[in-house]
Amino acid sequence: MKYQTVIGLEVHLQLKTKTKAFCSCAIDFGKTPNSGVCPVCLGFPGSLPVYNKEALSSAIKVALAFLCQIQEHTKFDRKNYFYPDLPKNYQISQFDLPLSRNGYLNILSENKTKRIGITRIHLEEDAGKLIHESGASLVDFNRAGVPLLEIVSEPDLNSPQEAFDYLTSLKNIIEYLDVSDCDMEKGSLRCDANISLRPEGAKELGVKTELKNMNSFKGVKDALTFEVTRQAELLESAQVMTQETRLWDADNGVTVSMRSKEGAKDYRYFPDPDLTVFIIDQARILQIKSQLPELPQEKMRRFMRDYGLSEYDAKILVNSKKDAQFAEECIQSYPEKDKKNMVNWLIGPLLSEANSRKVSLHELNINKDEIIRLIGFVENQSISHLSAKIALTQMLDSQKSAAIIIKENNMLQISDTIELEQIIYGVIQENEKSVSSFKAGKTNALMFLVGQVMKKSSGKANPKVVGELIKRRLTDA
Amino acid sequence: MELNRLTAHELLNKLKNKQVAFEAILDALYAHIQKVEPKVKAYARFKSESKPALNPQLNAPMFGLPITIKDNICTEGLNTECCSKILSNFRPPYDATVINKLKTAGSSIFPLKANMDEFAFGSSTENSYFGPTHNPWNLECVPGGSSGGSAAAVAGDEAIWALGSDTGGSIRQPASFCGVVGLKPTYGRVSRFGLIAFASSLDQIGPITKDVEDAAILTRIISGYDPKDSTSVNQGVPDYTNSLGKDIKGIKIGIPKEYFVEGMDVEVKSIIEEAINKLKSLGAISNQVTLPHTQYAVPVYYIIATAEASSNLARFDGVQYGYRAKSDSLIEMYKKTRAEGFGEEAKRRIILGTFVLSHGYYDAYYLRALKVRTLIKNDFDAVFKDFDCIVAPTSPTPAFKIGERTADPLKMYLSDIYTISVNLAGIPAISIPCGFTKNGLPIGLQIMAKPFNEEMLFRLAHAFEQNTEWHKIKPRL
Repeated sequence: MKYQTVIGLEVHLQLKTKTKAFCSCAIDFGKTPNSGVCPVCLGFPGSLPVYNKEALSSAIKVALAFLCQIQEHTKFDRKNYFYPDLPKNYQISQFDLPLSRNGYLNILSENKTKRIGITRIHLEEDAGKLIHESGASLVDFNRAGVPLLEIVSEPDLNSPQEAFDYLTSLKNIIEYLDVSDCDMEKGSLRCDANISLRPEGAKELGVKTELKNMNSFKGVKDALTFEVTRQAELLESAQVMTQETRLWDADNGVTVSMRSKEGAKDYRYFPDPDLTVFIIDQARILQIKSQLPELPQEKMRRFMRDYGLSEYDAKILVNSKKDAQFAEECIQSYPEKDKKNMVNWLIGPLLSEANSRKVSLHELNINKDEIIRLIGFVENQSISHLSAKIALTQMLDSQKSAAIIIKENNMLQISDTIELEQIIYGVIQENEKSVSSFKAGKTNALMFLVGQVMKKSSGKANPKVVGELIKRRLTDA
Repeated sequence: MELNRLTAHELLNKLKNKQVAFEAILDALYAHIQKVEPKVKAYARFKSESKPALNPQLNAPMFGLPITIKDNICTEGLNTECCSKILSNFRPPYDATVINKLKTAGSSIFPLKANMDEFAFGSSTENSYFGPTHNPWNLECVPGGSSGGSAAAVAGDEAIWALGSDTGGSIRQPASFCGVVGLKPTYGRVSRFGLIAFASSLDQIGPITKDVEDAAILTRIISGYDPKDSTSVNQGVPDYTNSLGKDIKGIKIGIPKEYFVEGMDVEVKSIIEEAINKLKSLGAISNQVTLPHTQYAVPVYYIIATAEASSNLARFDGVQYGYRAKSDSLIEMYKKTRAEGFGEEAKRRIILGTFVLSHGYYDAYYLRALKVRTLIKNDFDAVFKDFDCIVAPTSPTPAFKIGERTADPLKMYLSDIYTISVNLAGIPAISIPCGFTKNGLPIGLQIMAKPFNEEMLFRLAHAFEQNTEWHKIKPRL
């Protein structure tokens, strides 16, 4: 039987606000354990939380970017459970009146655009961190109280690849909003996944599994891929599926059962009486909306429209906010009206240099004026395109200017006809067959002859001029 | 007369005019405490110690006048244990906002903390880890609770004045039982920062004093908006002493018929009726009013208060501070710490609160209780449309015998039948002495007013007090 995969993701983002969600402790992860704490985030008796307006603004920004409806009345609730990293033994979160609901995100997956629903986005506080060391368990509360944003998707994702593309798009948008570092390895972005399979065409959802403990986007994809196979095999063999939570074991590439639904906790949510219901008025929403930066999809459309980029090329450039910024600066500084040349350099040689150096485009150690000068040498035919690409590599390696590299490597093109005539004479003498073919009307032969001249000139001959000269000589004769 | 027997305002006058030294007041207090404390046991952790060195700021307006603090209000460097084993040796590294305000005003914080029911769970101060406090009027009787230590200390002249906390009557009922003045301010009038929470949506700190003028002075000092408490209200604090000495001609007082029901103590009934007649003779106009949802106050209170308490007390787990039981594993440590650290009543309320918040019961109990709470508040709003205040007994009975109700929690809970609605509605109320039973036990008159109209309470209470002698009668110890 064929199955449809149904995936929903829960993403937790650490917001990079100046202070914690409910106290005035500065957020600084470099600190020694338990130094960035106060009675409030330690949950000391008598201490009270006061919500951080900056965290709320960041949350509203994200909600607007995902086109969610912002709730006018919202409140904080307590999620009660005992754990040593949770100082109050309850987490301040949001339950039935989350900050926002019903948004969506368009993703490009396998060359198709797909809309993924966002169920809800809400604000909560992070817990501390347990450190297990030499037979003891230690707890560091520096992280306790850091604002977290939970973004819950609809079960609209139908493959591990789509889940991966969703996470990439989501991270991309958050990066543009500049509200979180989104680093999954460092824990500033965490992702849990719900996955179930159902017979193709079925309306009801299958029994789901919740996956935890993935430490990278690839880990999410791998865990889901494993789970698709595992669940399909269970269904094929007509075994009973039970709802459970499973942990991804990245080392062994398998998921392992952690607890079944029967073991599910009762968190006894109720409104936090220490924090009053708050109202987010339209004026505030409009103000935050007006300050939203251009988001990747808008930027992509603008690049296509203004600079004539293809969708594919534009998408590559907007994938990173800083790359897009770098590219746009290059394009705008480029003096020609037609930006095509600069765009081709960005998408072509510059991007491949970045890839081979395993850095982002904007991290290439070169400034835009030097790129423009290098392209200028090609445009005024001082050097060939091929030489320019070699020059670029050397510029990046040595941090020398284009002019110096060209001079040092003697890359200037030979456009002097007398010098070229001598080489062409030799080539014609040595390649009688090709000469006859050309005369018989085969244009390919001309290409071959030009190539031979280029070879003899060690690539420095100007191919355009060479072509003209050969043509003239052979037709005149 | 010994200095410790004077009211705060009498002593403030003497201090201001340099007729008495702050040290002399402390000496008088300690001498008296040595004598009567073994009988009354108003203070937690009292060990017949000698007077400790105190170096308060002797500035105006308090000139170093000492104040006694209930054991659930955080005092920097002074044990604050809520009279519970689980907070053994807890010394907060911070002062509650009210303590800060007192210190700024030049008060010296009395180093002995007042006894109370563990975590303010009780109406008799019998639930203290340190043993019960005895009523100065009859040592076989309870002083009321939970601020029984504060009330007994003030009544027995072991304190000049004191702070208590009131969640369901914990200031007013002991004030009534001990023949002193006790005020529960409007919810949000006084900062809760540093008050170890019982039920966050009901708790308020308030004064327990020898007369109404002292209550007016103290209320002004501790009131005001606190950015550290989101539930405190940003509204100016009037000089409440301006409300003193005014006549009450034409003041409309409502007498709720639901508070005078069959089964009510006949002596209490006649004393209260006499007090109402006194108010009328001073020019007040009285009418019967109805608070139709009164009968639901006790059940609604015991759902909301225990729900909040179950979550507020979750943090007492042995991890960071207070008592920790020895054990080999985390779960065992949690279980043993809480089993050994909490008293019976605390456990009863935690279990009750956990139950009403549990999955499947939340709607039937907690959510419904919240709705009925709104109805109770609406009852008061309706009456206050036509009346300036509501007058009623503070407690259905005078002080009862120690041990008389400990076996019957339900009977104990009914001690608060006249005080609980005020907390649910968030309104202010005061209890003032209004007579004695034949056996010589004091009875309190309760006056309630609109939110933030403490001025009305002081005006009416002061007029009554100045025309009666009840507040001048002292217990013989």
